[in-house]
Amino acid sequence: MKVKVLSRNPDDYVRETTRDIHRVPRNYDPTLHPFEVPREYTRALNATKLERVFAKPFVGSLDGHRDGINCMAKHSKSLSILLSGACDGEVKLWNLPKRECFRTVQAHEGFVRGIVTRFCGTSFFTVGDDKTIKQWKMEPPGYGEQEEPLNTILGKAVFTGIDHHQSGETFATCGQTVDIWDEQRTSPIRSFSWGVDSFSCVRYNPVETELLASCASDRSVVLYDMREATPLKKVIMKLRSNTLCWNPMEAYYFTSSNEDYNLYTYDMRYLDNPVTVHMDHVSAVLDVDYSPTGREFVSASFDKSVRIFPKDGGHSREVYHTKRMQHVICVRWSADNKYILSGSDEMNIRMWKANASEKLGVLTPREKTTRDYNQKLREKFQHHPHIRRIARHRHLPHDIYKQRREQREMKDARRRKELNVRKHSKPGSVPVETEKEKHVVTVVE
Amino acid sequence: MVKDKKKSVKFDLPSKTTTSRTMDEELESDEDFLPDNENIISASEDEDASGDERKHTKLLEAISSLGGKRRKKLAERSEASLQVSEFAVNAEGAGEKVVLSDLLSSATEASRTDGSLTKTQKQLKNLEKRHATLELPLSHQQTEKIQREAAFQKASKEVSRWESTIILQQRAEQLVFPLNQQPNRPRRMEQVVTSWKTQTPLEQEVFAVLHAHRQPTLDPVLTPVEEAQLQAMSLEEAQLRRAELQKARALQSYYESKAKRERKIKSKKYHKVQQKAKRKAFLKQFEEMCKSDPERAMEELQKMEKNRIEERMSLKHQNSGKWAKSKAIMAKYDLGARQDMQEQLELNRQLTHKPLPSAELHGDSDHDDDNNDPTLTNDDQTLPDIANDASANQKEGANPWMKMTAVMPTAMEAEPKSIVVTTDSEPTEVAASGGGGGDAETEEERLLGEFARRRQLRKTNEEEEEEADEEARQKDEESSQAAGGPSISFTIAETSEEEEEEDQMDEAAASELNALFGRLAKQGQQDAAPLATVGVASMDTLLDEDTTRVRTLEEAELLTETHSDTAPMVESEAAAASGHGNKHAPKVKRRQKIIDLEQVLTKQAKSIRVPMTAPAVEDAEDEALDEQTDVIREAFAGDDVVLDFLKEKRKQEEASKPKDVDLTLPGWGQWGGLGVPVKKHKRRRFLKKAPPSVPRKDRKLPAVIISEKRDSSVATHQVSQLPFPFENPAQFERSIRSPLGSTWNPELAVRKLTAPRIVTKAGAIIQPLSKDDVMSSKKTPGKRGAPDLLLGNVEQGKAGHRPTAKRKKHKK
Repeated sequence: MKVKVLSRNPDDYVRETTRDIHRVPRNYDPTLHPFEVPREYTRALNATKLERVFAKPFVGSLDGHRDGINCMAKHSKSLSILLSGACDGEVKLWNLPKRECFRTVQAHEGFVRGIVTRFCGTSFFTVGDDKTIKQWKMEPPGYGEQEEPLNTILGKAVFTGIDHHQSGETFATCGQTVDIWDEQRTSPIRSFSWGVDSFSCVRYNPVETELLASCASDRSVVLYDMREATPLKKVIMKLRSNTLCWNPMEAYYFTSSNEDYNLYTYDMRYLDNPVTVHMDHVSAVLDVDYSPTGREFVSASFDKSVRIFPKDGGHSREVYHTKRMQHVICVRWSADNKYILSGSDEMNIRMWKANASEKLGVLTPREKTTRDYNQKLREKFQHHPHIRRIARHRHLPHDIYKQRREQREMKDARRRKELNVRKHSKPGSVPVETEKEKHVVTVVE
Repeated sequence: MVKDKKKSVKFDLPSKTTTSRTMDEELESDEDFLPDNENIISASEDEDASGDERKHTKLLEAISSLGGKRRKKLAERSEASLQVSEFAVNAEGAGEKVVLSDLLSSATEASRTDGSLTKTQKQLKNLEKRHATLELPLSHQQTEKIQREAAFQKASKEVSRWESTIILQQRAEQLVFPLNQQPNRPRRMEQVVTSWKTQTPLEQEVFAVLHAHRQPTLDPVLTPVEEAQLQAMSLEEAQLRRAELQKARALQSYYESKAKRERKIKSKKYHKVQQKAKRKAFLKQFEEMCKSDPERAMEELQKMEKNRIEERMSLKHQNSGKWAKSKAIMAKYDLGARQDMQEQLELNRQLTHKPLPSAELHGDSDHDDDNNDPTLTNDDQTLPDIANDASANQKEGANPWMKMTAVMPTAMEAEPKSIVVTTDSEPTEVAASGGGGGDAETEEERLLGEFARRRQLRKTNEEEEEEADEEARQKDEESSQAAGGPSISFTIAETSEEEEEEDQMDEAAASELNALFGRLAKQGQQDAAPLATVGVASMDTLLDEDTTRVRTLEEAELLTETHSDTAPMVESEAAAASGHGNKHAPKVKRRQKIIDLEQVLTKQAKSIRVPMTAPAVEDAEDEALDEQTDVIREAFAGDDVVLDFLKEKRKQEEASKPKDVDLTLPGWGQWGGLGVPVKKHKRRRFLKKAPPSVPRKDRKLPAVIISEKRDSSVATHQVSQLPFPFENPAQFERSIRSPLGSTWNPELAVRKLTAPRIVTKAGAIIQPLSKDDVMSSKKTPGKRGAPDLLLGNVEQGKAGHRPTAKRKKHKK
């Protein structure tokens, strides 16, 4: 005779280890879990509040320069090394995790105008006001050795910027002309000029590696192809662009920081209009750098603040400032997409989190799921006024706040005036100009 | 320089034309026209003439110098060789030019002798006519502009190649940076040890042997084939393939486990159902097969035929075995047993049922079979024929038993049947209505009756054969008429299967049976009325036994009501059935309602339409309902919810109505004070009438109060405008409505729903996009068969290349 008894598989209710969470059988019947939207809304609200509570982006400052920081460079192979050049010609190499300087080089007389690491990470190049390009070893000199550059190239004019090719042995400098150099030669293999007397910045395209772009003092942004004898095209804007940066994931987009407080993202194929105008700064934008994921970029401004913009958003998602931070001259986004480094006038380099409320360090799986869930909730309910208000609230220094208000008024006044002019003139005689169209003067072919 | 060039140009022209000729001709022609040429005399050939010339020119110069105007042309020494031309064209002096006409003249001279030069002549003439000069080169700026334009076009075209990649990235659900990350696997030996070289003689010897056997030296882990595999199959492809294999394996295991599980199921009913389904599916398939593949259909048919024959030979499902007998004993009390028996019978019917197409295809052979063994036909066709005849006697068309396969239930519901109930020895006939799918009891009764009848019939067939023979002879004529009439009507009414079987019947057997049933029917008509009531009474007793639990007085009353309702009805039904048709009136129960469910409950209760079944089951339902009403009544004992709600609603309605404003001031224009009423006309004058109220939204909804006031406390939590990416409110609401959390979704779904758009790895440098990334990722998803092919190619290639490499080495 067969006896039937109730039996359960212990696997269904016994934990594998004591560290395991208890297995809870769930019933997902929706009638048992009512009010899903209100409950999730509350969760989203709490998540948003907590995000603001935990938003403490400042990680630390690197102190040690004796003059304002003029330029910075990321190490191409190591996340923990940062290079910075100051206005007194000093170059410092920093260990970021320890937040200390491990090497100081008196590289130039006068400003260090540009600094860039070679793609292999074994050496770096600096240009300065003393009309020289110097190549330095990344390792500090051994005991008893002199701190000397590997190579020194003496140029005819002051160099204002330098950038290295993504993988080749060439680099580009700008000054009175944009020059392409071979590392092995002392004279440029190519030099571009197009009726301008000086350039402020030159950048290689990291994706389509033979292309370059530069900002010129005639308010233009010029495009080059290293293989061609002539520049490609230039766009002249209302005010001068200070620096530009290519999107590392999207080959034809670059963003330029402009003196008119805005940043402009261009598609290099269609220079007639910028793709996006990024507004929020209240003073000239001095530097811009893309996040390595190509989704966002950070900008440094003369208004003593650093802002983070989404690549296709017209306004910033974040603003960083501290009481002591002066005009921010240069800014870089770290190669692991986690940190932002800003160098400012008052001799400090500051390290910020790219995501203000992110928890640093290793997260447990449960923390990760919570983070993801909260993130999605915030996204889902972002349009609800209560949540939006909390999520968007930022504290601003009084100056910036006041200036923003002022500028808004000015802008409104201009708009109103334009409307009035249009109203009182012959229809069609005052054309409607979009914000994008306003800032481009002409495109020169 | 320019002059020289011009000269060369001019000389070229004739020379080109001459090349077409042979060398001899050329020489000849040269010789020909040189002596003829009188105007031009080359210095080399004729010295005297040139000496004369020189003298002449000197003379001329001397004369001109006398005038003192032309000083420029000084006597100059010229080399003779400069003026010598092999084509006898001469430009005199250094400053002179060769003019086209000179050439032409020579050419014309030549043309007289040689016709082929006319072409050249024409060309030269044309050349003379043309005056156009070459344009100046473009200005420096313009050339640069054009260059820039071209370069820009090239660059932008190059850059545009990234468009698809960028769009893909933008649309990606999730991006994991760094892109194209290779998993950390143990590095190969050759990567680790790069600088290691063979040094000792032993090592060298070993390596020589290894080389000889084509063993990879630096990378001992991977053979060339493996290497090729590695190259051929990228990570993603490998993953894809693995996933496919996994899926296939999983599917197989699912299938196996399912089959195993199904095999282990003990439930007979389950298997029966399965088999039935299979059979049905088979039949369907068979029908299709008849059209598409007749040969196979024939085979199948033969198989079916064989099965049928086997079934007909055996007594397997005839309920004549031990088991059936024991069941038959139990059947009176046990519903299950009855059902079992019924199923057995049904099975038999189905198995012995002759499929329609077989009739069409094998009509003749079947006839033969059936005619060969009439006992068999008698055995299993007794029932149908009897039934037919009975129905025919009662003037009814179709016989449901004959189309058992699919028509059975509908037929049962649709048509009333005549049922022959036999007691143990004497056949008595009770005609009762089967009542469209009606009471289970009656059906069971019927079934039991049927069994008994079949048994009985078998007996009677044997016993009464002799008697029937005699009787049949006596009533031969009328019986034949009786059989003929119904049989005709039968053929019209029934499907072809019955026709067949009808045809198969022997005349004699038919007449016997008809005679028998004619008798039986007569008896039945006589006994119909009393026996019907008896049958009903027996049914009632059965019911009482089954499931009736009376708890309350009301239920008891209800019960009695139903009984009193049903009893006469059955009677009437029986009467009707004995007559001709079936009118089976629905049983209506009335119950006193204390609380109207529709009023109390917010949700509409689901009303399930159940086909009428045995009253016993109904009783159970009633019980449940009554229990529920009890519970509800108890719960709402004290309060009258409905009334309260109505009051509240009325109040709200009143409150929401706009009110008249009375602006009368007491004491204004008349005496005022306590007890002094305001005059009517004054009140009427100063009364401000309210505007007519807007009709309320809930005026037609009795169970709802709709408040149209805006709640400001809620407003802060509500979205006032449609946010940007959404196109309509419904879309937005949909996005909000679906929950994300683990409270509402299972684990995996949550993980999928909350997956972040961008994932970065801690401590990893994210390199800019590079061409290699994109190319490798583009290559992989396209072809799945590719890796194998590639592998083969690589192997072939390697095999092809290797010997040559080896040869080279050997040569060294």
